[in-house]
Amino acid sequence: MRPDIKRGKRKKREKTPRQKADRSILGLVYLIVALFLGLMGYVGHFLAVSREDVINNPYNARLDNFSKTVERGKILSSDGTVLAVTEKAEDGSEVRRYPFGPLFSHVVGYSARGKTGLEALGNFYLLTSHTNPVSQIGEALTGRKNPGDQVVTTLDVRLQQAASAALGDKKGAVVAMEPATGRVLAMVSKPDFDPNGIADIWDSIVSEEGQARLVNRATQGLYPPGSTFKIITLLEYLREHPEDYDQYRFDCQGKITYGDYTLRCYHGTVHGSQTLKEAFGNSCNGAFASLGLELDKKGMADTAGQLLFNGEHPLSLAYSKSRFSMGEDAPDWEVLQTAIGQGLTQMTPMHCLMVTAAIANGGTLMNPYFIQRVENGFGEPVKSFEPTVYGSLMDGGEARILKDMMAWVVTDGTGSALRTEAYTAAGKTGSAEFETGKETHAWFTGFAPVENPRIAVTVVVEEGGSGGQTAAPVARQLFDLYLGQTDGAGS
Amino acid sequence: MEGLIVGASNYVTILMAAMYTYWNFRCFGVDEERRDRYLRRQNRIMFLIHFLSFSVMFLKTGEERLFPFYGAQAAFLWCFLALYGKCYRSRCKLLVNNMCFLLSVGFIILTRLSFDKAVRQFGIVVCSAASTWLIPFVIRRMWQLSRMAWVYAAVGLGLLAAVYAAGDASYGAQLSLKLGEVAVQPSEFVKITFVFFVSAMFYKSTDRRQIMVTSAVAALHVLVLVLSKDLGSGLIFFITYVFMVFVATSDWIYLVLGFAGGCGASVAAWKLFSHVQVRVMAWKDPWADIDNRGYQITQSLFAIGTGSWFGLGLYQGMPGKIPVVEKDFVLAAVSEEMGALFAMCVLFICLGCFIQFMMVACEMEAMFYKLLALGLGVEYIVQVFLTAGGVTKFIPSTGVTLPLISYGGSSVLCTFILFSVVQGLYMVKREEEEEEDYEAGY
Repeated sequence: MRPDIKRGKRKKREKTPRQKADRSILGLVYLIVALFLGLMGYVGHFLAVSREDVINNPYNARLDNFSKTVERGKILSSDGTVLAVTEKAEDGSEVRRYPFGPLFSHVVGYSARGKTGLEALGNFYLLTSHTNPVSQIGEALTGRKNPGDQVVTTLDVRLQQAASAALGDKKGAVVAMEPATGRVLAMVSKPDFDPNGIADIWDSIVSEEGQARLVNRATQGLYPPGSTFKIITLLEYLREHPEDYDQYRFDCQGKITYGDYTLRCYHGTVHGSQTLKEAFGNSCNGAFASLGLELDKKGMADTAGQLLFNGEHPLSLAYSKSRFSMGEDAPDWEVLQTAIGQGLTQMTPMHCLMVTAAIANGGTLMNPYFIQRVENGFGEPVKSFEPTVYGSLMDGGEARILKDMMAWVVTDGTGSALRTEAYTAAGKTGSAEFETGKETHAWFTGFAPVENPRIAVTVVVEEGGSGGQTAAPVARQLFDLYLGQTDGAGS
Repeated sequence: MEGLIVGASNYVTILMAAMYTYWNFRCFGVDEERRDRYLRRQNRIMFLIHFLSFSVMFLKTGEERLFPFYGAQAAFLWCFLALYGKCYRSRCKLLVNNMCFLLSVGFIILTRLSFDKAVRQFGIVVCSAASTWLIPFVIRRMWQLSRMAWVYAAVGLGLLAAVYAAGDASYGAQLSLKLGEVAVQPSEFVKITFVFFVSAMFYKSTDRRQIMVTSAVAALHVLVLVLSKDLGSGLIFFITYVFMVFVATSDWIYLVLGFAGGCGASVAAWKLFSHVQVRVMAWKDPWADIDNRGYQITQSLFAIGTGSWFGLGLYQGMPGKIPVVEKDFVLAAVSEEMGALFAMCVLFICLGCFIQFMMVACEMEAMFYKLLALGLGVEYIVQVFLTAGGVTKFIPSTGVTLPLISYGGSSVLCTFILFSVVQGLYMVKREEEEEEDYEAGY
């Protein structure tokens, strides 16, 4: 019998309707085959590229099944110190132990009562084993579990300890990252909790009022930015006055009155005649309020949007979106308040750090990241993560001017706590009012050294009073430690 | 130890499925003797996969009721292959093989998902096989089938209208008719009558008037389906019709018109029906509403992604997390536990069936037969594509089943009818040729 496929080609006269029909059918077959190949290519791409991101999701209950054959891997700091490890209890059950107790409670998180922090972010890696196939078969034969991969984070234990100690018993948050890479070096949120035995203390933590211990204030805490927002007001002013911003002058009388509305400088200080740099460096509310009134509201909203207000943040941990709500029809009092970081604007410390890091890095924001490497249970490399660029928040010229003015804040302005011979630093202080009759939230955001920024830090101390007096010294300790430490290690 | 066997069995199963698929495509274009050799290998592989999968399931569950069920399935598959060979000497063996392979995959995954449903499905499969046994014979003998265009239209539209009316009265948007204890999905059967109707019409003539009349009746079919909110079936009917007109006339204008009309209709459907919007939204960004609209598709992606290329192994995953997994999302369950590579083999085998259908269509001299094979083939492959694309988020989910694998009686019975009709056509041609050869030989 002749093969099926070839018989259609027997007659080669001019095309009959039947032959035309057969040619159409052939075209249809090609189309369908192409569609199926497209579908398979799509599935192949999904499995090869986006699979891990997709399935590492708290809604994917399947990952929990992995723990039947894999022992959850360790979480390590950047220098290999163990931050989380699974150990066998005497009765044979597995216990997740966190050697540093509450120190990494938010950023490393916990895995016994749902999963948070890096325990959630790295869940897939921790429950996947890349030991060699022979030993995997061995483990399967003996019924033992395979050791899960270990996640090497970017976190620095000494910085984390310093940040936690500097914050003390105060509520607040400290975050530090490398501006040029996006490596997150430390992330502290207070009050904290001990993730060891989280299941036992859960009820008491949840029922506690006014503490919100489980909230990671660094990424989820929304605070009025206070004077740190002047960075953004200043950037908008620079954009509207690219040529003549250094002509700016303001005569500060310690307070400023618009209609029946009065704004004071912090503690009523009278700054006198101010240039733009001086007004920024001394954090003069009067100057920035009046300057804010001149600004184009649409432009202000665009700049805020470009700086990640009201939008998604490039963060893989749970976070809150920062809010900037001043519309084009905002009344004057709202404009005044907004220009100096009061009003309705709200910002997370991590967001403030990203803006600061972008300024330090010539306007380019690097995506903040926490996991630098995945290793198998024996420390052999499985996968590593390189720094990635989020994008440009401002152009290089704008970043240079902001950097220069932020350096002046330290050398001549409110950031005096950071003056030192050892290195140069830049930053901005803030003292944000949030409720009448209460102390202000103290802010500091900055970076060092100015010429070649290696670390950026944002500090918020709730009800800490003055940013310059309470928050800036916290940053100082991190700078001292990190720049001293790495200098020592480098030479 | 047990984990090791279960783990290794997946690799073996995938390797065998790949070999089956390979021989499926090697069959196109070799002489009969070698082809028969490949086809016998395919049979052995099918029984091996079936046996291995049930062994794994027994190892995992220890349920003894799996033994008789396995025996019944294997016996059925063996009898089907053997009896088909006895009754229809000139059958297309490749199609019979592929039917059995797909059925066996369906048996395995349904047994895994729900023993009771699998038993029910098995009963339906046996009845379907028996009740469609004579169809190839009828197709070969009854040329009158090409003269009954309006009977097909009346039966098809009547059934659809009955669903629309009765379904509307009881459940709102309902696809099935209750006949006593059993719920029947008439749209599945109308798929067959629809193709018969269009083939008969275009067999008579393909002048403009005839095309307009046929298009009007075809549009009426689709309209009733849309009104019943059975948009997946509506889409299948529509695409099938467009290709049938195109092949019948060989005129590109109908393809262009059909494509433009399809786009217009899609936009209209999107505007008119909230459930179309829901499905498109769930497809565009299922993560935004993972608790509700996006739940099914994200669970399906978790299943496929977690299973990855080689699968988690039977009873090692959680396919039960996917809503209606045994029907529209059965391919996700196959992919999760038996591996994406296995699922891809299944798709390639479906594609192989389609190519065989199209080869039959090309073989046919009479336009009625040609269009019949074409229309049924397009219906089949479009349905496969819609379900596979929906499960993987390649296209929005349309809620159609995977023929011969998904749970559902009407779907299985109709797929049996569909394959039997094409078998009948294949045999018409083979017997004609054998007569020619016979005459030429003397």
